[in-house]
Amino acid sequence: MAKRIDVKNLDIYYGGFHAVEDVSMTVEPRTVTAFIGPSGCGKSTLLRTLNRMHEVILGAHVKGSVQLDGTELYGQGVDPVAVRRVVGMVFQRPNPFPSMSIFDNVASGLRLNGVRNKQILADAVERSLLAANLWNEVKDRLGKAGVGLSGGQQQRLCIARAIAVEPQVLLMDEPCSALDPISTLAIEDLIGELKEQYTVVIVTHNMQQAARVSDQTAFFNLAAQGKPGRLIEMGSTEKIFSNPDQKATEDYITGRFG
Amino acid sequence: MTATTTDGQLSFRRPSGIRTIKNAFATVYVTIATVLAVIPLIWVLYTVITKGLRLILSSTWWLQSQRGITPRREGGGAYHAIVGTVEMALICAAIAVPLGIMAAIFLIEYAKGTKVARGVSFMVDILSGVPSIVAALFIYALFITILGLGRSAVAVSLALVLLMLPVVLRSTEEMLKLVPQELREASYALGVPKWKTILRVVIPTAFGGIMTGVMLGLARVMGETAPLLILVSYAVGINFSPTSDTMGALPTMINAGRDQAPQLPGYERVWAAALTLIIIVMVLNLLARAIARASKLKER
Repeated sequence: MAKRIDVKNLDIYYGGFHAVEDVSMTVEPRTVTAFIGPSGCGKSTLLRTLNRMHEVILGAHVKGSVQLDGTELYGQGVDPVAVRRVVGMVFQRPNPFPSMSIFDNVASGLRLNGVRNKQILADAVERSLLAANLWNEVKDRLGKAGVGLSGGQQQRLCIARAIAVEPQVLLMDEPCSALDPISTLAIEDLIGELKEQYTVVIVTHNMQQAARVSDQTAFFNLAAQGKPGRLIEMGSTEKIFSNPDQKATEDYITGRFG
Repeated sequence: MTATTTDGQLSFRRPSGIRTIKNAFATVYVTIATVLAVIPLIWVLYTVITKGLRLILSSTWWLQSQRGITPRREGGGAYHAIVGTVEMALICAAIAVPLGIMAAIFLIEYAKGTKVARGVSFMVDILSGVPSIVAALFIYALFITILGLGRSAVAVSLALVLLMLPVVLRSTEEMLKLVPQELREASYALGVPKWKTILRVVIPTAFGGIMTGVMLGLARVMGETAPLLILVSYAVGINFSPTSDTMGALPTMINAGRDQAPQLPGYERVWAAALTLIIIVMVLNLLARAIARASKLKER
């Protein structure tokens, strides 16, 4: 199921703007990797290149290589749509489809990819909502609108929607930044369970969250405003948070920067 | 403005003197403006209803034409004109709605920010300012002078398309712009192709607004008179064929009877036709709202 990600000498551009410079890293399967760093350092941008989502923005392009279990994502003739079927994503703000019910939201990925069988859809919806720890809260109102749920429930709905298509990798872009502490805890517990099956990469501004949920941590920084972001250091979360090699990492984690 | 006085003491007193006068003046001004804006609307409705209500309450009004009825005779109905108005509006909508929605999808989802999109948007702005008589004469020149075809209800519908298209296109564009980019990205992240995202996520999300735009366009088109006067002859009999050169319509029915003497029965029929047109537009509006509401999910 889960896949390994190899990033080699990746440069990311928005038109003429060089956003991320020369990143190389390996993300092991069935682990949680946290991207941390100040705003604008390119961690979300890098995350979005892992499923070619950054291309949605006009003029965005990359140089270098991203491989999923040895298969190049940026090779000739690679369909970004096919990549995204394997690498799912959860966004910063919960974004359930407003025109769809709870059931239809979770089933949307399968349905829009051509699955019609009602039994398969019903099973997938139940399995995904159970996995997202939302089933007990919504099982009696699956036909109601997804946007009627609370923020935390909506985000878990979006996670259920993302895992319903059974991706190999799950990317999460600050999934808890719009949620209260209790909902955040629910999502963090969920991430711990998800890594049994998926490779998870999470961008977060919350140091404690990175320390709590991740196995590996990557710290990004930028030399100055307008300069490209760089990967400063990557290692086991324990090492990064207790004894990092770089002073910049230590300064950022302990809150002594600038 | 802070709630402190010069010596730093907190003060929660109401503003006094000139501020109070200014506030009172503004309040009176906006209230009067609202009343003035509403008066003509109520006046028109009141006049049309009081003068036209008696006739439209009878079943003959909705079932018979004006064939064989002179201004001096009672009786007859507006069936022929209702058929014509609805039929021409439907033909117009059948062309303008898919064209407008598809063009809006192209401009917002595919060509956003390009020179083509800016150019087309500019043209649409100009088109929405074109007077109906110009649209009618354009179709007359194209259809009748150049192509040598006769006057017909279809020609009217084509002129109406020119008037309805910018309304549908512009309102669909605005509605598509309101669909958050996050929803499109959420769909892409599930491995859904762009065209399917537009069809199954973006359009359903914007559906209510698009429907409203379509209804506004229809309402505008149904009351247009110039294309009817130029491109088709007013007929008092019932005619369903859109290719024949005569057809009744409510605006031309009003026009045909407008110089009646007030004491004649034909005079009352003019008001009844006006009321009928208002009712049809209102029913369409309510229908659009009902459809938009029915397509929306219950939240809890």
